[in-house]
Amino acid sequence: MPETKNAQLGQPEDVLEAKLATRTLSLNLGPSHPASHGTVLFHIELDGEVITKLDPEIGFLHRGFEKSCENSTWTQCLPYTDRLNYVSAMCNNFGFLTAVEKLAGIEIPDRAKYIRTIGAELHRICDHLTCVGAMAMELGGFTPFLYAVEARDLLWDRVAELTGARLTTTYGRIGGVNRDLPEGWVQKVKDTLKRVAELRDDIDALLTHNRIFLERTRGTGKMSAEDAINYGFTGPVLRASGVDYDVRKAHPYWVYDRIDFDVPLGSEGDNYDRYCVRIEEMKQSERIILQCFEQMEPGPILVDDWRFVLPPKNEVYSTIEGLIAHFKIVMEGVKIPAGTVYSYTESPNGELGWYLVSDGSGRPYKVHCRAPGIPLLGGLEHMVVGSLLPDLIPTFDLINMIGGEVEQ
Amino acid sequence: MSEAVVRRIAERFGEKVLRTFSERGDDGIYVAREDLVEIARFCHDDEEADLKMPVTLTCVDYLGEEPRFELVYVLYSVRKKHRIQIRVRVSEEDPVVPSLTPIYRGLDYWERYVWDMYGIRFTDRLKPLKRLWMWEGFEGHPLRKDFPLRGRKGQLPELDIQDIYRGPGPGPTSRPASRAAEPRPSQLPIVK
Repeated sequence: MPETKNAQLGQPEDVLEAKLATRTLSLNLGPSHPASHGTVLFHIELDGEVITKLDPEIGFLHRGFEKSCENSTWTQCLPYTDRLNYVSAMCNNFGFLTAVEKLAGIEIPDRAKYIRTIGAELHRICDHLTCVGAMAMELGGFTPFLYAVEARDLLWDRVAELTGARLTTTYGRIGGVNRDLPEGWVQKVKDTLKRVAELRDDIDALLTHNRIFLERTRGTGKMSAEDAINYGFTGPVLRASGVDYDVRKAHPYWVYDRIDFDVPLGSEGDNYDRYCVRIEEMKQSERIILQCFEQMEPGPILVDDWRFVLPPKNEVYSTIEGLIAHFKIVMEGVKIPAGTVYSYTESPNGELGWYLVSDGSGRPYKVHCRAPGIPLLGGLEHMVVGSLLPDLIPTFDLINMIGGEVEQ
Repeated sequence: MSEAVVRRIAERFGEKVLRTFSERGDDGIYVAREDLVEIARFCHDDEEADLKMPVTLTCVDYLGEEPRFELVYVLYSVRKKHRIQIRVRVSEEDPVVPSLTPIYRGLDYWERYVWDMYGIRFTDRLKPLKRLWMWEGFEGHPLRKDFPLRGRKGQLPELDIQDIYRGPGPGPTSRPASRAAEPRPSQLPIVK
């Protein structure tokens, strides 16, 4: 027989004072649940409506990302990185390529750096829109979700014009990017960003001062700055706790040191702050993209080094050097010098780190992806224990765990 | 900046720091697993080091070398903006390492990842050591270099469920071969 709560608390079983005997209830939420996205199974222990224990079980989407990478060439790894975070694939593409270039000691051309920044920031807006929209939907507000999806689709259309694909972009090559901006694309993006800003302000107006939304998010899922650091949190969730750590500011890569932007910080570390940080980051991303358009100049988009980059087709067909370089890259893969590297960039959800080991052959020896969602999911129990079951939903939504990268 | 921290740790611990390295902007130390907890605690508590954030933990399988595995801890200081790596070599015969979760709670999932993928055990953890991605009962550790790419190891066994619509389950005594011999409805010949 389960021990009753009164007996546990040592309370008198007096007739007048006696409380109803209770015991904890275990509840499985997921892996597919209408109020959560991603395939996570939560094993929850409930005392009444209060969570006493939470154990997320992941792995339903595991598809052997690292093992697959170890058995393919460096270039072939690139499409796998799209699938890690399918909402913001370009951040992952470029993060991986930056790590490979750091290992190989390649400095990419300026124009490629600007194009990477623009692509990553476009996808950062997409990711934040998805997070905010999906959270609003799961809290019962369907309208903001539709606004967010409309804005996201507009951006994805621009991404499709740039890369040829809406989701799995595989854009970028070792040493740069694989094509230049299309004709008239810059103006289209500027117009799109105006419309996205309108839609974002609509979402903002619907949610930020909405009383139901405030009561669901304010004060729930709190995380202090010390705990957030100790749990290895990064990205908007860490910044909502008031810790000023953004890889783009702390360790600038690409062209972030030439661009004027702010890093929004929260103060309470609750869900409302996380939401506000994401809304504010979308505005900053827009600023960054517009500044990139101002600053960028025509020039090469790939390094001119045939050890890493496919030679132009007319060289392949007319010179023996071009043909050999082409053959070596296609048949053996790009040879990356032996060594190890830990490289990190700021993806929409936090620090995206890559620990790469090369043995000097055309295939990686080890590819480790430090997905920002894994520590966030690890700290979820700390955030929700002691709060009500419905608080789990906004907390889980706002850490924005992406199944693709957490389960790899 | 991070070189200064590496020097400080190396001076403080002397012999216990086996080797320091600086490669492509990554600085770090090699330590023995017996000294790992002590050094990690120093990294966390020391004012100068201030490495409060556990960024990641991973493992590399150098098959053919001795010791075979190399654990890589990446630690970061948000205040001082430097990061160092702590690397620990672990042999195949005795793959046990003391856990750092009492110091860095964020390493919980990474230790589960290393156990799941490389089969390295962590002792004195705050929470039980479970697999992260594969299911309990899976045989082997997939990221070891001697694990086949297309292995059919550790298939999920069918549960012995008796009471649902599709009828009696296979039970623990039945063989997969005999089950395969029975035609499923979709395999039955179509009678015209």
